[in-house]
Amino acid sequence: MKQFLTFVRKEFAHVLRDQKTLLILFGMPIVQILIFGFALTNEVKNSKMLIVDNAHDRASQQLIAKVEASRYFEIEQSVMSPLQMEAAFREGKIKVALVIPDNFNGDLLHLNEANVQIIADASDPNTATSLINYATSIVQDYQTGLNRNLTVPFRIIPETRMIYNPQLKGVYNYVPGVMALVLMLVCVMMTAVSIVREKETGTMEILLVSPFKPIFVILAKAVPYLILSLINVVTILLLSVYVLDLPVAGSLLLLFAESTLFIITSLALGIFISIKTSSQQVAMLISLMGMLLPTMLFSGFMFPIENMPLPLQMISNIVPAKWYYIIVKAVMIKGLGFNAIWKETLILAGMTAVLFIVSLRTFKIRLA
Amino acid sequence: MATPVIQTDKLTKRFGDFVATNEITFDVQPGEIFGFLGANGAGKTTAMRMLCGLSIPSAGQARVAGFDVYKQTEQIKRNIGYMSQKFSLYEDLTVLENINFFGGIYGLSNADIKTKSEALIGRLGLQGEAKKLVGSLPLGWKQKLSFSVGILHQPKIVFLDEPTGGVDPVTRRQFWNLIYEAAHEGITIFVTTHYMDEAEYCNRISIMVDGKIQALDTPQALKQKFNAASMDDVFYQLARGAKRSE
Amino acid sequence: MRTLRFLLQKEFKQIFRNRSILVMIVVMPVVQLILLPLAANYEVKNINLCVVDRDHSSTSQKLVGKIASSGYFKLTGNRATFKEAFPLMETDEADLILEIPAGFERNLVREDEQKIFVAVNAINGTKANLGGAYLASIIRDYNHDFRVQWIQPSAFNQNPVIDVSSSNWFNPLLNYRMFMVPGILAILVTMIGGFLSALNIVKEKEIGTIEQINVTPLRKHHFILGKLIPFWVLGNVVFTIGLVVSWIFYGIVPVGNLAVLYVFVGVYLLAVLGFGLLVSTFCDTQQQAMFIMYFFMMIFILMGGLFTSIDSMPGWAQMISRFNPVSYLITVMRMVVLKGSDLHDVRMHLGMVALFAVVLNGWAVLNYKKTS
Repeated sequence: MKQFLTFVRKEFAHVLRDQKTLLILFGMPIVQILIFGFALTNEVKNSKMLIVDNAHDRASQQLIAKVEASRYFEIEQSVMSPLQMEAAFREGKIKVALVIPDNFNGDLLHLNEANVQIIADASDPNTATSLINYATSIVQDYQTGLNRNLTVPFRIIPETRMIYNPQLKGVYNYVPGVMALVLMLVCVMMTAVSIVREKETGTMEILLVSPFKPIFVILAKAVPYLILSLINVVTILLLSVYVLDLPVAGSLLLLFAESTLFIITSLALGIFISIKTSSQQVAMLISLMGMLLPTMLFSGFMFPIENMPLPLQMISNIVPAKWYYIIVKAVMIKGLGFNAIWKETLILAGMTAVLFIVSLRTFKIRLA
Repeated sequence: MATPVIQTDKLTKRFGDFVATNEITFDVQPGEIFGFLGANGAGKTTAMRMLCGLSIPSAGQARVAGFDVYKQTEQIKRNIGYMSQKFSLYEDLTVLENINFFGGIYGLSNADIKTKSEALIGRLGLQGEAKKLVGSLPLGWKQKLSFSVGILHQPKIVFLDEPTGGVDPVTRRQFWNLIYEAAHEGITIFVTTHYMDEAEYCNRISIMVDGKIQALDTPQALKQKFNAASMDDVFYQLARGAKRSE
Repeated sequence: MRTLRFLLQKEFKQIFRNRSILVMIVVMPVVQLILLPLAANYEVKNINLCVVDRDHSSTSQKLVGKIASSGYFKLTGNRATFKEAFPLMETDEADLILEIPAGFERNLVREDEQKIFVAVNAINGTKANLGGAYLASIIRDYNHDFRVQWIQPSAFNQNPVIDVSSSNWFNPLLNYRMFMVPGILAILVTMIGGFLSALNIVKEKEIGTIEQINVTPLRKHHFILGKLIPFWVLGNVVFTIGLVVSWIFYGIVPVGNLAVLYVFVGVYLLAVLGFGLLVSTFCDTQQQAMFIMYFFMMIFILMGGLFTSIDSMPGWAQMISRFNPVSYLITVMRMVVLKGSDLHDVRMHLGMVALFAVVLNGWAVLNYKKTS
């Protein structure tokens, strides 16, 4: 045990000495949480809208006032030909246009029917859908206002409740995702690279000929990263509770236990990579391309897994981060207990066991 | 006596509180083989880096090939060759490609590069290896090649930082033959080494201890002065008192 | 000029000799461009819907039928009560729960008004937003149909009606891949250029060859140019491969002029490579360079508007994204590829990126020290 601690102390010295890397290791989660929490939003707002008012009458002014009152749009008014409008779209000056025909008021009063046109820049399809939806509902609101004294028959009124995240904040989705990403980065990439570096510089040989059991040499390298990762978990949780107002709904203890499990899974993965590779660059490439990208794609926090083609959905099942993401969402946001996530926990534990067994086997073969 | 090619006057380099090179003063004459000795950490490499224009001194004066080490580092670089402790040809280029590259960098004409590379390959007996990657050559050949590439542009001075580390005695002998040939052509050699038998090959040697030059003379004179049978003894007497070593 | 030729010869030889880099340059963009748009699909379809129909009338059943046949929703369950339906939401088997109360049909006809309840799992904001909106518009349609069915049209048309016709320009079928593919190509070009250039100088530092270069009379800007040009060429190769792949696999042909794209990418690559070189002048080991590059790339990409719109970000974040070269490329790629914008349309973006190129490369040259 004492020997083991000596090794761990040496590893800590290595990790703490490279301050640039250390800064990034601790800065990364903070910056990510802040970006996700404050800068990125799935809501669509402040979109530049062009209003082409060909009518300039009472009704069109009222409608425009109504659009202006909503916070969704930044409005610019101008009379443009369709050609000019297209140029404005092409230059990216506007994202959506509302065209009010001439004699708008007259049509409404006398024909009881008028037509407005909404054009959206659908090069971004989801934003276009949202913008058209917002604009349409504003127009319909206006129409309802006109008909206030008349009752429309047979109205079905949908009453919508947003569960778990009533304000539709992006952080609810992102915080669990960032946790998975950061832990993956620290554990897999750092462990893999630092072990391979000892191989490259030849110091590994010296450690391996020492009377200390080789597998403990490897485990000792993993310990500092386990601790660093736990510190990162604490940082992320503190930030999310005190800065982003996203409380932990479920048991904190459970969340830490599950995080520790995921960290161990990732460390096992890092050790596995390091045993299989022999150069730092290869280890970096594998961890970056082979681990981080799938984590971003297949954990489900950026893109819905159910939209993917079936083969990709199958692949997503072998990505540990997917299961961890489900666990964090369940415990942290939905406030569920262990009986809701025992399946996911079991899968992670199974993955860890398999990785360790395979690593040990390969490691022994290498030594023989 | 001709003007010295290297002249230093109280040349000093500090890293924070640490004085790596402490007021060293010496001259090197044209065509001389100058041995620059010292224990590990004595400050040799630092001094050499200053003379090559890789490092700006903290104090003192020095001129290399007539140029000032503070202001004229680029002119210095035109007139020197350098071979560092770390082997520094490109391992993923072939022998010929390395020669071409460094020749081109020093502005040699194509015709010049061609004749020189042929001569070089002939001298080293590398005809069969000219198109092989440098990384695949044995260390001794790499060192000889590295030296030859370092003097390709016929510099006034060539700086060699422990050029024969890790090679066998036969190769070392061959390497020194190359050095003598170069010196014969008028190139001044400035060399650091840990091998005391190599020190005997030098015209003059200086021995650095703890950042200072403690002795400077011909090997013969030094042995007499310290009443020693060999350079080993001289070095041992001086370096024993060193406070800093690795 | 002549020295530069020697430098370029050397760099190109080294690149072509290094198999792993070549594979990275050719295979990676192809695989990623094929795979990523398949995975990175934000198109909201297949929203899992659980229905709690407590009315069991023909009206309620028709409403459910209309929702099910819309193509946006997948009915994943029928439950008798909301309480029974909620566990489906806890396990992510249902994104939306639609509850039609008992007496729905009767109240609608008798009292002219009836509420129905929708519960949305809002952890994923986009999905919640769009899912809710789709459901609302289907209900609106159904409501309209219902009215038409029950009242004579003439009587109904007494009230003024504003007919809204909407059109989606540049991408009428709302194909999400048209949006993602140019963006992903922009990211790939950035990553390849940034990482390769950052690692390259640091590698020379690590193996010690830079020391040998530093004692030669080689000029600083020649050295930097010698590093810049090969990766600039490679970046353009990657970009071209990417365009071909997106044409073959996704049928995306730029609406705008290819020359505009190449001019912009040409200038942009200078900026990104300059950034990579700058990072490399600050680092001593490849590991450090990799991490620092990764850190900045992450910020650039997340804030570059690939997934979320920059317009919707708060003011300070929009300010930061003005200094983010990646956001300019993503925007311009989409403008030219989807909307057919010309050089005049992208002049602002081009100007900014050119400015980055000058500043970053100038800084890199200044910061690359031949002496210490």
